[in-house]
This record gives sequence, C-alpha cells and structure tokens, in this order.
Amino acid sequence: MSNTRQADASSPLRAPLIFLLVMALFVLEGTTRNALFSGSWNSALTILNMGLISAIMTLGVNMQWGYAGLFNAGVVGFLALGALGPVLVATAPVEGAWAAGGPRVLLALAVGLGTLALASQVWKRVKAPLSFLLMPLVLLLGFVLYRYLFDPAVMAIEANNSASAGNIGGLGWPVLLSWPVGALFAAAAAWGVGKVALGLRSDYLAIATLGIGEIIVAVLRNEEWLARGVKNMSGIPRPVPYELDLQNDPGFVAKAADWGMDASTASAIWVKLLYAGLFGIVLLALILLAELALKSPWGRMMRAIRDNETAASAMGKNVKARHLQIFVLGSAVIGLAGAMMVTFDGLLSPGGFNPLRYTFLIWVMVIVGGSGNNWGSVLGALLIWFLWIKAEVWGPQLMNLVTAPLPAGSLRQHLLESAPHMRFVAMGLVLLLVLRFAPRGLVPEK
Amino acid sequence: MDILNAIVAILNFVVIPAASYGAQLALGALGVTLIYGILRFSNFAHGDTMAFGTALVILVTWGLQAMGISLGPLPTALLALPIGIALCSVFVLGTDRVVYRFYRQKRSEPIILVMASVGVMFLMNGLTRLVIGVDDIRFDDGARFLISVQDFKAWSGLAEGLSLRVSQVITLVVTFLSCWALFRFLSRSRSGKAMRAYADNEDLALLSGIDPERIVRLTWIIATALAVTAGTLYGLDKSFKAFNYFQILLPIFAAAIVGGLGNPLGAVAGGFIVAFSEVAVTYPWKKIATYLGFQPEGLLQLLSTEYKFAVSFVILIVVLLFRPTGLFRGKAY
Repeated sequence: MSNTRQADASSPLRAPLIFLLVMALFVLEGTTRNALFSGSWNSALTILNMGLISAIMTLGVNMQWGYAGLFNAGVVGFLALGALGPVLVATAPVEGAWAAGGPRVLLALAVGLGTLALASQVWKRVKAPLSFLLMPLVLLLGFVLYRYLFDPAVMAIEANNSASAGNIGGLGWPVLLSWPVGALFAAAAAWGVGKVALGLRSDYLAIATLGIGEIIVAVLRNEEWLARGVKNMSGIPRPVPYELDLQNDPGFVAKAADWGMDASTASAIWVKLLYAGLFGIVLLALILLAELALKSPWGRMMRAIRDNETAASAMGKNVKARHLQIFVLGSAVIGLAGAMMVTFDGLLSPGGFNPLRYTFLIWVMVIVGGSGNNWGSVLGALLIWFLWIKAEVWGPQLMNLVTAPLPAGSLRQHLLESAPHMRFVAMGLVLLLVLRFAPRGLVPEK
Repeated sequence: MDILNAIVAILNFVVIPAASYGAQLALGALGVTLIYGILRFSNFAHGDTMAFGTALVILVTWGLQAMGISLGPLPTALLALPIGIALCSVFVLGTDRVVYRFYRQKRSEPIILVMASVGVMFLMNGLTRLVIGVDDIRFDDGARFLISVQDFKAWSGLAEGLSLRVSQVITLVVTFLSCWALFRFLSRSRSGKAMRAYADNEDLALLSGIDPERIVRLTWIIATALAVTAGTLYGLDKSFKAFNYFQILLPIFAAAIVGGLGNPLGAVAGGFIVAFSEVAVTYPWKKIATYLGFQPEGLLQLLSTEYKFAVSFVILIVVLLFRPTGLFRGKAY
C-alpha cells in the first residue's frame, strides 16, 4: 500500500480543473433543459445540498481511512445516531411523555451501561477461575434489572397519545444546537466500538462496524419511544424560513417579481440557497480545521502511524490510542452530517437507512475523490452524488437507446423497468475502475 | 404428558428452525472461510454472490417449470441448482480474473481486496436487481410439509403440534452431503490437499510446485457452489428477496469468525452456534415454562426478534475479545 501513497508529480491545476468540471455539471443542471439535465435550479440546488452533506460524511470517513487507514463499514449507523440529535433536542416536547416514564428509562439505560462497566471491571480485577463465574452473573443480574426498569417505562411512553406521538419527545431547543449533539452521540458509540474492535486486524474492524451499523439502524426502526421508529418523525424544526411564510411576505413577493420569478419558485430556491450557505459554512470550517490538523505535528504523526505502524510505535507513539482518537473524531463528523441531513429533510425515516446508500456509496465517494486528501473527498462527494441522482434518469434513457432494436415484448419492458437499478452497477464499476487505475483517486494526496 | 408437550414445542419452535437456519449459515460461512484461508481477505460480496446465484437458480427453475419438468414432491429448484452454480461460477471467476488477480499479483494489502470486494458487491447487487427485481419471490413448489401439525396431533394425541417442512429436511440433507463431500475433498484428494497446503504456507506450497492460480480458481468455484446452495436453501425456506442476502452477511461473518476464520470445521460449528443462540434468545419461552408448571408474567423473551443481528454481533465481539482466532483456532495473517 505504501507505494500507492507516494506522491507522484501531479499537476497543481488538476484539483481546480476537476472542481470547475463539477461546478459546470451543477450549472448545466440548473440552466439547460435537455435529455440529460432538468434545467431547474430547484433540482440543481437540492442535489448540491445533499452533495454538501455527503461531503461532510466523506470528510469523516476520510479522517478514518485516509489519515489512519481504518475501514469503517458502519457509516450508516453513526449517521443514524447523529440523525437522532435533532429529534431529541429540537423537536417540541410531547405532553405527558416525560412524566409517563422518562426518568425510569434514563435509570434503566444507566443501569445497562453500569452493568457493562462493572462486568468489564470484574473481568479485569478478579482472578481467573472466579471471574469466569462472576462476570456472567453480573451481566445476567444487570440484564434482568435493566429489563425490569426499562419495559414498563417504554410501554407507558408508547401508550401516551400513540397515534400522533408515542415517543419521548424533544427539548424544543434551537435545531442548530442539535448538530453538535448528534456528533456527540456518534462519537460516544464510536468510542465504545473502538475500545473493543480497534487493534484487531483491519478486516475485523470492518466486520465489527458493519454489525454496529446494522444494530443502530435496527434500534432506530424498532424503539418507538425514542423516535417513533418506522412511523417516522416529521416536523423537525428548521434553521431557515418556511417557503409558505416567504410567499405570504409581501416584501419577498415584490423582490421575487423584481428577479422575474413567481413567488413559489423563488421561495423554494431562496430556502435551498440558505441551506447551501449553512452547509457550506460548516463544510469549509471542517476542512479548515482538518487541513490545519493535518499540517500540524499531530497530522504528521497520524500519517506516520498509517504508513508504518511498527516504526511509529518504536518511536514511542501510542498507536492504539491515536487510532481510537481519530476513529471517534471521524465518527463525530459523520454524526454531524446525519444531524444536518435530518434537518434538511425535516423528517427522520429510519426505513431509508440503507447501508448500500449510506455506507458503501460514501466509500465510493472517498475512494474516487482521493483518500487522504480532504478536497479530494469533497470533490468525490459532489461528483458521485450528482451521478448517483442523475443515473436514475440517465439509466432508463440509455436502456431505451440500447434496447431500441429489440421487439416491444416483455423482455424489453422488463429491462426498461429495471433500468434505474443500473446505478448500482455503475457505482460498482466506477469504484473498481478507480481502485485499479487511479488507486489514489481523482485528486491524490500531496 | 406436559413434559412431552414442552419437548415437542422446543423441537418445533427452536430446534428445527435453528437447525435449518444454522445449516444455511454454515454453508455461507464455509465459503467465506475458504476465501479467507486461500485468498486472505474477507469477501464482502459473499452475500450478494448468494443473492445473484439464487436469482439465476430461480430463472432456471422458471424455465424448467415452463418446460413442464419437475421433481414431483421435491422443489424444482434442486434441479436448477447445478446450472445456477455453473453460471454463477463463470461470473465469479470473471470477477477474479478482472478484479482480484491484479491485487493478488501485486500483493496488495488485504484491505484493498476488501474494498475491491465492495465494488463487486455493488455490481452483483445491481445485476441481481436488474435481472430479477426487488420483490419478494416464492419459488418453492412440490410438497410443503413432511409432517403437518394436524397429522402430528392426530397421531400422537398431544396438545402441541410438530411441523416439519420439506424445505427444512432438504436443507439439512443437502448441507450434510455438501459438508461431507467438501471435507472428503479437502482431506483425501490431491487438489484438496494442495488447497490446504497453500492456505497453511503459501511459499512452501509454491516451492513444491503447486499452481497457485489453479488453487485460486478451485477455491472460487467451491465457495460459489456453497454460496449458491446456501442462498437457494435460504430462499426455499423463507423467500427470495435481494436485500435479505445482504443482511445475512453479518451472521455469516460471525459464524466464520466464531469458528476461526480459515477453518472449515469451525465455520460449520460457528453457523450452528450463531443460529441456535439467535433463535434461543429471540424465542418467547412462556409456552414452554407453562407446560413445565410455571406461571410466568412476561413472554420470557430475552430480545425481540428485530434484534437478531445483535445476537450475531455480541457473539462476534465476545469471540474477538477473548479468543481472536476463534473457537477452533483459525489463522490470523
């Protein structure tokens, strides 16, 4: 691997040129209407906003993989934990839910965590033959106590106004405050996973994180008291004005008329521009911090550990602690992106947390962009996200063209109907081609 | 009498379902373990190999049914299975040729091969969706039950019924035969010995004139055959849905790691350990406790069924923490 990381002399113009190309794609999407592009700024800005959020996810994954060589296959889980942030912090409190069982749930969770901590202490402190007996006993008693506290509380909360609520509700605080909280949730989980799985062979970390990702998503789907599960949590507050309020604002309508747009299009575009600005600020701040960190002695140490663990640990660097640190940091950034995504959608729908889309597609973005390079990850995210969205439109058109010579039978019909699935094939091919022919990505690490 | 009822209930709700699920996991884990032992990476595309192969088997099954060929009481899919395996092997060998061989010859780090397998996973997932769609497909035909609940109740006079589905019996029989054939092949035949030698010590095996590319091809074919068999059995037992096969990747990895990655015997044991723990932990034991004379208040269910992944995950973590090479001492490269 080390030889693929060596810097070749690459043109300094490469990154700006690719950046311009990606910008041109978005401008084309916004301005031209033809078979390939929709010609709507509304659509272009929607893609851009989700692209910016994806870029934050790739920054997180890039910290873990690009700086430290850790393969996190549970991105979707950390994203989902981050998405919990706005639900628990920013949504309106639910009448009566807290009284129904809030303290008891907190107590049960504390007992659960306490049991795990106690069990690990027992394992460490108690001598061998006795600990084999004692640790399972601690776990068993803790589990019984936890369920005894947890189950009635959950039933009480879920019974409370179950048609429209049935969840514990939020605190009603400003939604921007919930973003760092989402990051904190993801970081806490990453600390737990990292404590257990880091230091094992790299594949094992991938498999362990794959598991934790599946479990976190399963929790979100099934624990209705937490965020209504698959009933979905809507009405997450916004940091920007609502389109309807803008349309009812005479000042805004007058301005929209000045620009030569009708009020509804103008309001949709204005809201999306505000989001784009907000996401752009977060992204730029993160890149700035990441670049400063990477250029500092800390960044040099991380790369030294990545490139040669043995040598780094011979120099007295604590490889395991540094790995844990970067794993937690990267996951926090992914969690932040999750919180932003839910805020942008205004909706938490755990049914949509699919690992192909939220774990492996993010990986494609990182590899394609150039692992180890923050700007590369951002470019990869914007480009791949654009292609992912447009492939659903382009796939059927391509299929239509390819199958034109076929008679209009059931085979052609079937191929046309399943053409949107071509995007998976396309992404697989892109990943394989980049891994093979440009393993360092479009914008390689310097 | 109540003890008998309890035993029948345990057989019906725990032992039989867990045994057939365990057999499917064992076949899947055998494939993962072989790839890990010989090619030295964790193949993330294994779940989608199962899905893709099963999709091919379903297409062939439909073809056979259209021609009016059937196996009577047995599902036609068994007849289609060898053809599905052959087609899927051709595809998998193609991916080895085009994708993995390059990294093998460059001696890339295992994690790069894992990433390449993610690419292959996307590709196979997309192809499966393209070929057969994303709907639930039932493709079992022939007789459904070997023993039905009513027959059993009438025969035994017990309150609790026992049912044994044909798909469950087929799963166990086919798994037993596949394992028997595989272990015989690995321990007796020249190629099998060469495979084991290559897995144990690559350099030594190369010195003694073993052709590595042949070993690799053989490994892919065997792993694909096991994967497609496992996928077809799983599909016959439950139903075919492309995304389900991605989700059983975690229990399969857990099974392979529990037994010790690279150790075929361990993979089989791991499959059954994971399956029995999953079913035992998510089964509500109230009924059985009642038969035994207890009056429990709750359902006596340790975890709700949605969290069955959690069981695989916990087993995985416990094994990784306390015995990183698995119960049967696999290898750690």
